[in-house]
Amino acid sequence: MADALTPNGKPNEPHLNRRRRIYRWFDVRIGVGSLMHEALDEPIPGGARWAYVFGSVLLFLFISQTITGIFLALYYAPTADHAHTTLAYIVKEVTGGSFLRSLHAYGSSAVVIVMLLHLTQTFLYGAYKGRREVLWISGCALLGLMLAMAFTGYLLPWDQKAYFATTVGTNMASEVPLIGSTLKRLMRGGNEMGTLTLSRFFVGHVFLLPGAILGLIAAHVFLFRKAGAAGPPSEDPINPKLPTERFYPRQVLMDTVVALLMICVLGLFSYFSPTELGPKANPADTQYVPRPEWFYLPVFQWLKYFKGSLSIVGIVVIPTLTAILVVGLPFFDRRLERRPWRRPIAVGIYLAIMATLITFGWLSRHEDQLDPAIAKQVAKQNEETERFMREPFEPEAAASSLSAPNVSVLDPAAVAGKKIYDGESCDACHGENGVGTNAGPKLAGATAQKSAEELTKLLRHPTPKMIEGEMKPVEIPDEDLKALVAYLKSLK
Amino acid sequence: MNSSPTSGEGRTGAAPPSQVEVEPINRRSFLGVLLGFGAMVVGAALSVPLLRFALHPLLTKTTDIGWSDIGKIEEFASLTAPMKKLITVDQRDGWRKIVSEKAIYVLPAKDGVLRVLSPICPHLGCSIPWVEAKQQFICPCHTAIFTLDGIRVSGPAPRPMDDLESKVEEGVLKVRYQYFRQLIPTREVLA
Repeated sequence: MADALTPNGKPNEPHLNRRRRIYRWFDVRIGVGSLMHEALDEPIPGGARWAYVFGSVLLFLFISQTITGIFLALYYAPTADHAHTTLAYIVKEVTGGSFLRSLHAYGSSAVVIVMLLHLTQTFLYGAYKGRREVLWISGCALLGLMLAMAFTGYLLPWDQKAYFATTVGTNMASEVPLIGSTLKRLMRGGNEMGTLTLSRFFVGHVFLLPGAILGLIAAHVFLFRKAGAAGPPSEDPINPKLPTERFYPRQVLMDTVVALLMICVLGLFSYFSPTELGPKANPADTQYVPRPEWFYLPVFQWLKYFKGSLSIVGIVVIPTLTAILVVGLPFFDRRLERRPWRRPIAVGIYLAIMATLITFGWLSRHEDQLDPAIAKQVAKQNEETERFMREPFEPEAAASSLSAPNVSVLDPAAVAGKKIYDGESCDACHGENGVGTNAGPKLAGATAQKSAEELTKLLRHPTPKMIEGEMKPVEIPDEDLKALVAYLKSLK
Repeated sequence: MNSSPTSGEGRTGAAPPSQVEVEPINRRSFLGVLLGFGAMVVGAALSVPLLRFALHPLLTKTTDIGWSDIGKIEEFASLTAPMKKLITVDQRDGWRKIVSEKAIYVLPAKDGVLRVLSPICPHLGCSIPWVEAKQQFICPCHTAIFTLDGIRVSGPAPRPMDDLESKVEEGVLKVRYQYFRQLIPTREVLA
């Protein structure tokens, strides 16, 4: 290459020489060379393929979710009072807010889709075989954590959809034997959904789960490198025989091309069809028909078939068995045969599970459309969402907002007293209707608790502390003072 | 720089220069450049909305106090003394608004122009009442006295009472409520 050393002694091109020296400066100190070697020179038996891109794309999506998530947190407040307002602020007011939020929301769907593709590829290629059990299990754990991310993130906007879907989701936990109701209360931070639920979901979504996912991704990549790339289905998973190609450049290129395509598709969706925000959660709404995110629809539909005491079968027994089947796959299927057409039972079970999921998902949509009552309610909910999105952003009145209470003074003595209060400039320090200012303390509420005699005495002869605060003895006729005291007593 | 190749080599010390670090440089191929370029373009394109999102509060003025309505202009047409009015001030703070009630004085019109005064004493910030009997503004704290026009007569105030920016829009008198620095002879808006 042009920037190699020049053994013939000719002066090299200066800028290349400089680049090379900078590279070496870093290499000597932090070992860039060995790092690059470690990262990029992984041998792939049988060469680079488009089928192998999904893992890298998932990593890329996770990074994208992290970045968009951190930015969204700039304006988000995880309390039941403010969450929805802050979301509306992000979507309706903040520059690029709707786009970023959509990128994050669509990104979560993309993660689920690519995760399923990654799983399918690994399964069909038999790439979990040959001492790769721990690698497979770490992948399954990542799948579970990512689904938990989707579940916890779904509540955070605190709109109708989020609230009711999560109510159902947390209710399901109560079906778990023995610890069910404790588990549900643990998730909710109490018996009912509320601001503590939101805090919990927020902490899970932003701190705990991402931390666990980061650690597991590191473990997953490490274990993958330890086992080595499995190569095509015809390859021996333990002692690969095919000629190898390094990860860089062709596989890196393929991975990057798909990742960039992915982000472009997400960007186009986010730009042209941004995610909508519904009206604020209203726990009193009894009409609302909750529907989960699309990838939970199969489970949602599935649960319809298990009624009453049988629901434990649908919520706990069958999902547990399925999880055991999936996680334990490399232990049940121990042959080294990888070609899918030689593994009819395994592939058959996989296809059956996928077909079931797709059918249930479709059935859920279909049944909603067939039931006129539900179809009508769903249409109404969509309409409410559309309406809310069209409304301009309405800022939330801060609790510290100070507005003088509109005191309706009925007692005639108090009415006369108010005139004296304003005339004597009591309001100059104690504020309109005694709300207080920075020059004088609040009277409303405080004076009402004192007796008329006590107030009269304080007005005529203020305490040393009051005098220190610039309060002067009130020198008005007894009659007027009586009216003033009546007015002060009426300030609530 | 145009340094001789041997000086660069000498830095690797005992390690033979040929095998270790030449490889990644050699593999910096056309594809690598393409990749880097593509990633940079997409990265730059994506960082634009991210930056605009993060800089939103700097690009828009959300903390500014806007105009508050005082009342219909006819109401003040025949004033003979300063009239105290309560206005509602909405102050935006990101996604919240802080609503507060403030008192102001509308002065009798001079040549058809209405003036609006802040009731806050430029001395130490007490609210100054209009004393009908004496036809003067008299601060209850340290007895700074001002005329009907807010001009200082006596007392510790360092300057006249502060004017508030006002305008008439569609027959409604509006004011922009502001606070001013105390104890100085000039009127200076507090941010």
